[in-house]
Amino acid sequence: MSALPTAEELKAQIEAAVSGAVVTVIPNGSLSAQHSLLLDHEHARAVALFLRDHPDLRLDYCSLVTGVDWLDTELTEKIKVKKMVAGPDGAETEQEVEETRKTKVPGYLEAVYHLFSMEKKHGPVVLRLRTANRTDRTRVPSLTPVWRSCEFQEREAFDLYGIVFDGHPDLRRILMWEGFEDYPMRKDYVPPADDILMEARP
Amino acid sequence: MTTVAELERRVEAGEDGLGDILEVSMGPHHPSTHGVFRMDVRLEGEKVVRLKPVFGYLHRNHEKIAEHGAYLHAIPYTDRLDYLCSMTNNWGYVLAVEKLAGIPVPERAEYIRVIVAELTRFQNHAGLVGFLLQDMGASGTPLMYAFREREKILDLFESLSGARMMCNYLRFGGLRVDCTPAWLEEARQLIARLPRFVDEFEALLRANEILMARTQGTGVLPRELAINAGVTGPMLRASGVNYDIRKVDHYGIYDRFEFRVPLGDHGDVYDRYMMRILEMRETVKILEQALRGIPSGPIMDPKTRLRGLRPKPGEAYGRIEAPKGELGFFLISDGSMNPYRYRVRPPSMINLTILEDMCLGHNVADVVVILGSVDIVLGEVDR
Repeated sequence: MSALPTAEELKAQIEAAVSGAVVTVIPNGSLSAQHSLLLDHEHARAVALFLRDHPDLRLDYCSLVTGVDWLDTELTEKIKVKKMVAGPDGAETEQEVEETRKTKVPGYLEAVYHLFSMEKKHGPVVLRLRTANRTDRTRVPSLTPVWRSCEFQEREAFDLYGIVFDGHPDLRRILMWEGFEDYPMRKDYVPPADDILMEARP
Repeated sequence: MTTVAELERRVEAGEDGLGDILEVSMGPHHPSTHGVFRMDVRLEGEKVVRLKPVFGYLHRNHEKIAEHGAYLHAIPYTDRLDYLCSMTNNWGYVLAVEKLAGIPVPERAEYIRVIVAELTRFQNHAGLVGFLLQDMGASGTPLMYAFREREKILDLFESLSGARMMCNYLRFGGLRVDCTPAWLEEARQLIARLPRFVDEFEALLRANEILMARTQGTGVLPRELAINAGVTGPMLRASGVNYDIRKVDHYGIYDRFEFRVPLGDHGDVYDRYMMRILEMRETVKILEQALRGIPSGPIMDPKTRLRGLRPKPGEAYGRIEAPKGELGFFLISDGSMNPYRYRVRPPSMINLTILEDMCLGHNVADVVVILGSVDIVLGEVDR
């Protein structure tokens, strides 16, 4: 098993080889220490080709593709602001008071790819692609043209998470039936109250 | 061979004398599909010109169920993925949790894991060969030979874990219960008989003319395509790629055992069949070594909390060489009691990616044989 460069080294290699590519290292806090690389949409396929064909990396095998749903979160912070406050006697004085400010952080959907090398027998290298938000801009580039093994798994991420893979040859639902509308693996999915099987009965 | 697109164009142009394109929906209740699996097949005469697999009949959103429960809750659910190989499913999952939370495993537990996993592999491969022959029309006999042996292995599992198929036996940090010396003796006696079974089984089939005629040169999977399409397990090795996760990752204690990785040459159905036979022999070798080396000691890591495990936020991907290929589990923890994301990498589903490529140009009867050689279990494909 040959040694694989660290995530930072990989980032430097990719940015040197694919001009304009923006790679961000996402650290992994768990003991597995499998750090991942966040790619930009525009250069994702070029980066994937580079990783697959580079003679020292040869990540020829894309083992796992999956979606992850990260909900919109609210960031709560306490800040101090100066305000005119009415005292007990009715006169207003300027005082410093604490206020909580809430900022909305938009959520996103994420496609995660685990790459290994059958030739060099190393891995994993983890790639991530993120959508702009969870509602209307859910497109990421498909890596099926680079690794055929993504075909069914990207379809599954589309089916269960609603990530739209641009450039996928056959993007249809795979586990749910055609005509099903929601995305069941999303964190805010609410199962229908009625029994769907009852509706289907003639 | 004419492509579908070209034929469709010619049909639309009103050309005569094209013959008929027949659309057949094979399944979901076709006996050869090993469950509820459907293939939309287009035929020109007897030749397959298009084939699209359709899944989802057994879909119950296993991943969502697991995300709703604690880490421990998912173990019995993993039994139901590939319901012929619950022991290896358990192992794949607990390996991922152990990676995520950094849990050590006692030595004796590692040995018992190897023993039960290799017994699982043996009965899976024997069963597959039986089913494959069944698909070719050898009704019953090979399957009964395989199942006779499988029963004995399932009896062992039953006396160990209490269940024949849904064993629910492994735990992160070790095992649920220890095995007794009597069980080990029983296992030793069974394993001593296994090579004779493989000899008998192989002698029954090896020179069979029908087997050769139906399988050699059928469903060839080229090496480059196999790698690119993420095919794993015996199917990949039948195409001549030396990639066995037991050898690559050395997970558990597989670096202590001596065994070879059989490789095929042609990547056809015959090689895939032979791969299973040869792997059964290697499995027996591992079993003999494991039974010789098993130490005494605890079977659970004393510090591990099974209930209420809260791994640090982060993620881990753990994978093992299951009988059907690379079985992986991807877990993301957000520091709470249940996994934020739980994902199974199902080998039998991904091995189906190239089903169409293997079947194009073959007779429709060969589709059954090619599918049989992929080794799918729908519990895992649909999850």
